[in-house]
Amino acid sequence: MTVGRISCISESSEIWSEAELKNIIVCMKQVLDPEIPLSLFRIDPEARIAIPPKATPPVLSPFDESALEAALQIKDAKDATITVISLGKKLVKAVVTASLAAGADQLVLLQDAAFDEFDTGLTASAIATAIGKLGPYDLILCGLQAADTNTGQVGTRIAGLLGIPCITAARKVGLEDDKVVVERSLPDGYEVLEVPCPAVVTTTYEVGSLREPGLEAFMSVGQKPITTWSAADLGLELGDTNRFEMLTMETPVHEGQCEILEGAGVEQKAEQLLARLRETKVI
Amino acid sequence: MKDQTGMGVLVHCEISDGRLAPVAMEALGAGGRLAAALGQELSAILIGNGLGEAVQETIAYGAAKVYVADDPSLQDYSADAYLQAMEAVTQQSLPAVVLLGQTPVGRDLAPWLALRLGTGATMDCMALEIDSDTKRLLMTRPVYGGNAQAVQMCRTDPQVATIRLKSMAPAERDEARQGQVIDISAAIQIPESGVTTRERKIEPTAGVKLEDARVIVAGGRGIGSAAGFEQLAELAAVLDGAVGATRPPCDAKWAADSQQIGITGKIVSPDLYIAVAVSGASQHVSGCSSSKVIVAINKDPEANIFRVADYGIVDDWKAVVPALISVLA
Repeated sequence: MTVGRISCISESSEIWSEAELKNIIVCMKQVLDPEIPLSLFRIDPEARIAIPPKATPPVLSPFDESALEAALQIKDAKDATITVISLGKKLVKAVVTASLAAGADQLVLLQDAAFDEFDTGLTASAIATAIGKLGPYDLILCGLQAADTNTGQVGTRIAGLLGIPCITAARKVGLEDDKVVVERSLPDGYEVLEVPCPAVVTTTYEVGSLREPGLEAFMSVGQKPITTWSAADLGLELGDTNRFEMLTMETPVHEGQCEILEGAGVEQKAEQLLARLRETKVI
Repeated sequence: MKDQTGMGVLVHCEISDGRLAPVAMEALGAGGRLAAALGQELSAILIGNGLGEAVQETIAYGAAKVYVADDPSLQDYSADAYLQAMEAVTQQSLPAVVLLGQTPVGRDLAPWLALRLGTGATMDCMALEIDSDTKRLLMTRPVYGGNAQAVQMCRTDPQVATIRLKSMAPAERDEARQGQVIDISAAIQIPESGVTTRERKIEPTAGVKLEDARVIVAGGRGIGSAAGFEQLAELAAVLDGAVGATRPPCDAKWAADSQQIGITGKIVSPDLYIAVAVSGASQHVSGCSSSKVIVAINKDPEANIFRVADYGIVDDWKAVVPALISVLA
């Protein structure tokens, strides 16, 4: 399927195919920091969007960090180029370039005010178009879902648009020759799946946290290419309207207050708690 | 199916050991209520191997029509085969609403199905209702990791939704119900995408699984060590529960990754959730906020976890946990 791969001769190997440079694309979304304390979380019910607290910069979605970590684990073992694609209305350079500091080779920013209104279908079509523009690829990695919209559909939709398979919920991803080998999490274990390249794989946190940037990678961020494309650059037709209409957004009201159990010592507090739990019949 | 032309509600019923899985009964419950509100029919699709008993159950739980793909090759989930079955039935029956569970199967299948049918999927719905004016499906789903809830509507049919486990009342069983069974096994062809399964490994979990647990004892950063988690396991054992963790203990390897609760881990809704030395980061809270009763144990009275807890003990967990164990014993 993949054409025009860059080949190079490796001194350690006599087999040409072993030295093939793999092209890995990782899709990473900038989101409101999901680790902020609950007390700082506010929404604008009219605009139906969260209001970022002051002095709390956005972060890369933790699921997408695991996708980048999966790519870096592959790159640890073989020659690979990692291209990160981030899409958003307003991307913060210090946030999105964290992917380069962690070890990605180049960054493609899809930035346009129009992207704010995009649903999963439109987002996937913008990313798939960008991937088409970038040239040949072997593997596309996405997080299982975004930490803000929680939809978990963009990976599948990119695969659908590119006409390639998609394996979701991977806890481990490897490249063997021209195959992607994936350990997919199951409720009671896992399965090992393989699929010919190219393919889309979505990753879970079980891949592991994104590694801390090494000094060398951190220092080289400035030398790594960053490309920015707008909706017009991608030739996207923006007549397409969002398939969904969001009617309301609200923060769930927690019924009742927390009853703090008082007592002279921990024994008394423990007894009081258990009495309450028995009253409410949860134990 | 770009327009609002669908009729009826179709529910994908998951199977567990040859019987209807609990999420299937919940989906049939939700589907039945939506079908009644629309004045239309509830149908179901079952995909698997050895489904005889489950088909009868599906009818008893309210499906007037049951589409069945029953074949040894369908024993385990594969996106290709299951998608073919779902696509064949939806193309034939043109439903207004398709419901699946927010499970590994539903999470994988629903986006593919929506894409193939030219529509959208709404994942992890916590409430579903029919708008009395427009007759469209109003879907309540978590956003920002559950810190907010959005109600949205899909403009195209079928309106595909996955439902969160334990969020909807299951259907009532009635053996007197009659239903029509339609065999669609012939619609399944050989998989086309080239995904092959090398092996499937079962990893037995010691004790109660987080997803099934009625009681969960979860530890946060304040637990401080793997040994601390052993103490939580003692408390969990007395309560016949399971042990969960927030993200930092998993990153620190005090707890296994599979124990992580939160938006980046597992979403759970037990009857009782005891959060021990948990600060209450929003991503964690969103993974446990639908628990029936939440207890927080933290020495910091300002900890965010007290905002969502029903009962709190402000004290050092190292004293409280042994006290709870001894009072329970």
